[in-house]
Amino acid sequence: MSDLKKIRDEFISKLKGNLDLAELNKIKSDLFGKNGLVSSQFKKIGTIDVTERKKFASDLNIIKDELHDLINLKINEIEKANINEKLEKEKIDVTLPERSFVKGKIHPVSQTIDEISSIFSEIGFSVEEGPDVENEYNNFTALNTPDNHPARDMHDTFYLDDKKERLLRTHTSPVQIRTMLKDKPPFKIIAPGRTYRSDSDQTHSPMFHQVEGLHIDKDINMGHLKGCLNYFIKEFFEVKKIKMRFRPSHFPFTEPSAEVDIGYEIKDGKIIIGEGDQWLEILGCGMVHPNVLKNVKVDPTKFQGYAFGIGIDRLAMLKYGINDLRAFFDCDYRWLNHFGFDPLDVPTNYRGLSR
Amino acid sequence: MKITFDWLKDHLKTNLKEKNLLEQLTNIGLEVESVESLSSDNQLFKVAKIIKTEKHPNADRLKVCDVNVGEKELKKVVCGAANASEGLITIYAPPGAIIPKTNTKLEIVKIRGVTSYGMLCSESELNLSDESDGIIELPRKYEKNIGKSYFSKSKSNLIDLSITPNRPDCLGVKGIARDLAASGFGSLIVSKEKQIKLKTKQTLKVKIKKEKGQGCSAFGSCLIKNVKNTESPQWLKDKLISVGQKPISAIVDITNYVMLDINRPLHAYDADKIEKGIFVRNSKSGEEFTALDNKIYKLEKGMCVISDNKGVLGLGGIIGGTRSGTEFDTKNILLESAYFDPRSIRNTAKKLNLDTDAKFRFERGIDPLSIETGLKKASSLIQEICGGEVSKIDIQKTESYKSKIINFDVNSFENIVGFKISEKEIQRILTDLGFIIKKEKNSLKLTVPSWRPDISQQIDIIEELVRISGYDKIKTIDPIKNRSKSTLTQTQRLFHFLQRAIASKGYLETITWSFTDQNYNDHFREAVEEIKIVNPISSELGVLRNSIFSNLIMYMSKNLDRGFKDLSIFEIGPIFTGSNPGEQKTVVCGLSAGKKSRLSWIDKERNIDLFDAKRDVVQTLSEAGYNSDHFFIDSKTPNYYHPGKSGRIFLDHSKDKVAAYFGEIHPNILKKIDIKTENLIGFEIFLENLKLSRKTLKDQKLKFAVSDFQKSERDFAFVVNKDVEAQKLISVISNVNPNLISNIKVFDVYEGENIPDNQKSIAISITIQSSEKTLNDKDLEKINNSIIEAVENKTGAKIRS
Repeated sequence: MSDLKKIRDEFISKLKGNLDLAELNKIKSDLFGKNGLVSSQFKKIGTIDVTERKKFASDLNIIKDELHDLINLKINEIEKANINEKLEKEKIDVTLPERSFVKGKIHPVSQTIDEISSIFSEIGFSVEEGPDVENEYNNFTALNTPDNHPARDMHDTFYLDDKKERLLRTHTSPVQIRTMLKDKPPFKIIAPGRTYRSDSDQTHSPMFHQVEGLHIDKDINMGHLKGCLNYFIKEFFEVKKIKMRFRPSHFPFTEPSAEVDIGYEIKDGKIIIGEGDQWLEILGCGMVHPNVLKNVKVDPTKFQGYAFGIGIDRLAMLKYGINDLRAFFDCDYRWLNHFGFDPLDVPTNYRGLSR
Repeated sequence: MKITFDWLKDHLKTNLKEKNLLEQLTNIGLEVESVESLSSDNQLFKVAKIIKTEKHPNADRLKVCDVNVGEKELKKVVCGAANASEGLITIYAPPGAIIPKTNTKLEIVKIRGVTSYGMLCSESELNLSDESDGIIELPRKYEKNIGKSYFSKSKSNLIDLSITPNRPDCLGVKGIARDLAASGFGSLIVSKEKQIKLKTKQTLKVKIKKEKGQGCSAFGSCLIKNVKNTESPQWLKDKLISVGQKPISAIVDITNYVMLDINRPLHAYDADKIEKGIFVRNSKSGEEFTALDNKIYKLEKGMCVISDNKGVLGLGGIIGGTRSGTEFDTKNILLESAYFDPRSIRNTAKKLNLDTDAKFRFERGIDPLSIETGLKKASSLIQEICGGEVSKIDIQKTESYKSKIINFDVNSFENIVGFKISEKEIQRILTDLGFIIKKEKNSLKLTVPSWRPDISQQIDIIEELVRISGYDKIKTIDPIKNRSKSTLTQTQRLFHFLQRAIASKGYLETITWSFTDQNYNDHFREAVEEIKIVNPISSELGVLRNSIFSNLIMYMSKNLDRGFKDLSIFEIGPIFTGSNPGEQKTVVCGLSAGKKSRLSWIDKERNIDLFDAKRDVVQTLSEAGYNSDHFFIDSKTPNYYHPGKSGRIFLDHSKDKVAAYFGEIHPNILKKIDIKTENLIGFEIFLENLKLSRKTLKDQKLKFAVSDFQKSERDFAFVVNKDVEAQKLISVISNVNPNLISNIKVFDVYEGENIPDNQKSIAISITIQSSEKTLNDKDLEKINNSIIEAVENKTGAKIRS
């Protein structure tokens, strides 16, 4: 029996035993280490007779591969067993809570403003703003509400000086004045923002939000006003059909003026917009009064158009089933968390206004 | 304005139903606010007399009354009114009756242990007036009516209309009927005035003094002698009660009736109490008089008063005085029907803070041509009911009424409204509304009816026409989906971005009022002027906020009181720097309280700290497109922050405008407002101070280039004086060679053992990488040395060996 076969048989039988990782590594180095049995045989190749050398080398490689593979297999088996054993021990209770996270929320009024802007954006309105503190002229006089006008009584105004020249705007309509004084017609704007009236009870808050709309061009008539609002209300409430009623009313800065009601009904304690035979007043509007246009140096014989004012808080209440206006500004953590919106829910036309 | 269908039918001939009426009223702009059925259940309310009162055994303010309600047995009723006394005749509501004001059904209840069978009513509970002080006191005459229903049987509902301020004519039932008739709802009944013989002269002299600011331009009057003021006849009482008015005496009731019917306010004086004659003049400063509301008014100069030789009798068009008021024993009456200037009425009423029915009407504008009609209508009724002789009518005038003329271009209607109506229809509507029409070549020459002070130009005519034609005829023109201008400006977009960026970091958005409590505001005001509201709703909301913190901290405190410990809230909105329009800034203000990882099984809990807020601010600004590598930070902050634990952020080293503050709220403030939390951290980002780039984000970006050459990380530890800021070291290092050095990170700051007292050790890790080659040891060594040399030279640091 040749040396090679002897080595092979000896180690094959050795490897059949129940060996641990250290013993296997020992065998590995006994065979393949620098002076290992197999390694020494490779060194012998040069000394062997040419005629036998080829066969010897071939046999040696076969034995080397066989032993080598066997050892690796054994090592792998043990390692795998070790890992499995370790994994078994490492099992953790995955039902334990995750690391804590906090959810921020967007206030329903902000969300509603974004929804409104998104809707009007589609039909070409851009967003304008104005200051919260206004002068008496922009808030009243320029809007055809002179000092002796009883309509002023309906605006319980907060004043900042005894002469009543500076005040907190009672509506967003002064933005109309600012916009028209600043630019030249046509105008097509909405102006959302804070408004103030010294009125405070269950259904009134001294601060609330309005969005103003203004569209002035050469041939804008009441039909356009109706169409615009009809479109807006349908889009806002995300319904296919809406019951809408235009009712004559009076505002000093528009003429003819209208109040707009939408149809609703209460089903299972919830308000359903667009159905039923109850009416709910949601906004005031009309054709911009020629006196207002004159006040802002727009020629009423050449330009005309409509304006409207909508209560944002009220829209939000209707759409999202919020009952109490005062709660909007009470900052109750529980309320904000309940009615707030995820910041990633940006209202857009393609994704839909709300989820 | 309260009306009934029955009353309307005095002026309107129609077969239509009340349901149609309600619809039509709303359709023509006379909005129906509410419909109350005063009639269906009101038969239950009975005239009753208190026979005996006793103090309630268990309540000081309550009385137990034995009440005669016309039945055999007296009813025991518990009553809290101070005026409930023996012998009083009042109105009793039995169990089962529905109280009009509250719409609640009465039941037999035990009140503090004593069973009460029904209730004695106040005027306000029956919707008769706003008077809620005490129960109704009926005149003696009602004694014979005990047990009978107080309200007469009427089938007509009480319809409450919201009349817009431009329509004084519809403050009279007749005006409403006229509008309805024009809209095709029935036809207007032209009432024939009863002619009475006016023989005698009006002998009481009336004079309107000609002076500047005279608020009265016409004063009509007549004397009615030898009347017998009495209780009104049932039809008149019923009429007044049907619209919620309380009958008083025939003379008062008649003037009220005429006012409600044709919107012609009248005033009846006891002529015998007038000294010599009537002067209509401006008041003198300090003049006083007692008005019919039993209050004494001290007048300013220039108010329009009706006076006699002795002094002020009444405020013209607002309220009469007690001195010359009519009583049941009044014999001779002077009846006034005047025209007062709306502006004068408004000014006077505002100054005296007085609101009366007459004032409400005069300030909207009374028909100047109704003076005589009103006098005739009232005097004939007085004569009919109270007897007496009516004098001729005397009218004093300082100016005469001129009717308004409008040239109306028929085509203008379609231009504004978008649909067409025929000229014939236009003429019909306007005629029905009382216009006199003269057809001209291209237009209609319209004479405006005297009762329409709101109509003065073409657009007013258009409104009338579309209102009466019906708003339902307006077409719906769908909008065109076309946008020629971007919806939001760059600033507005930034606003929305910051709002959602902060919210996405765990903050709840709040919206708080723009005004705040002065005491809270003072903590955050610094040297900015306080902006007071002249007429706040309460003293706790008396100033415009100079900072959002005042409100946030108040509400944070409330939430902590609710038991929430760790929370972050923010608001984006205005703060005010002055009381002129535009003196305001937009601020994103955030506030966080409590701890991070409270009661966590996995993470170590710690107090929230300023570096949490700093991260939120820096991350937000960075997300908004500002390069945080360029930020410059120092520790100069307003005095409401902790002086040592707060900082401000500039977008770059030019330190132009403060982009944001962050830090702990000053401990003194926490102490003063007694807020209980482990730590309170806030920040403010100033929207207007964030520079807007003219370039889009896309254009701001450099060409995309990365290096695949090997990079090396090197750590350094420097020992520096404590007052040297980490920012300084980072800035020095990055300037050594910005092309090679990146990712500079402070990974340890240490003070204590082995470090001198006034010094600290800062450990910094940096990444060195070239975009041109793999750096060899020699290159790296060179950079290392440059870094150490630069830091040592520029900061006085020593490398820690």
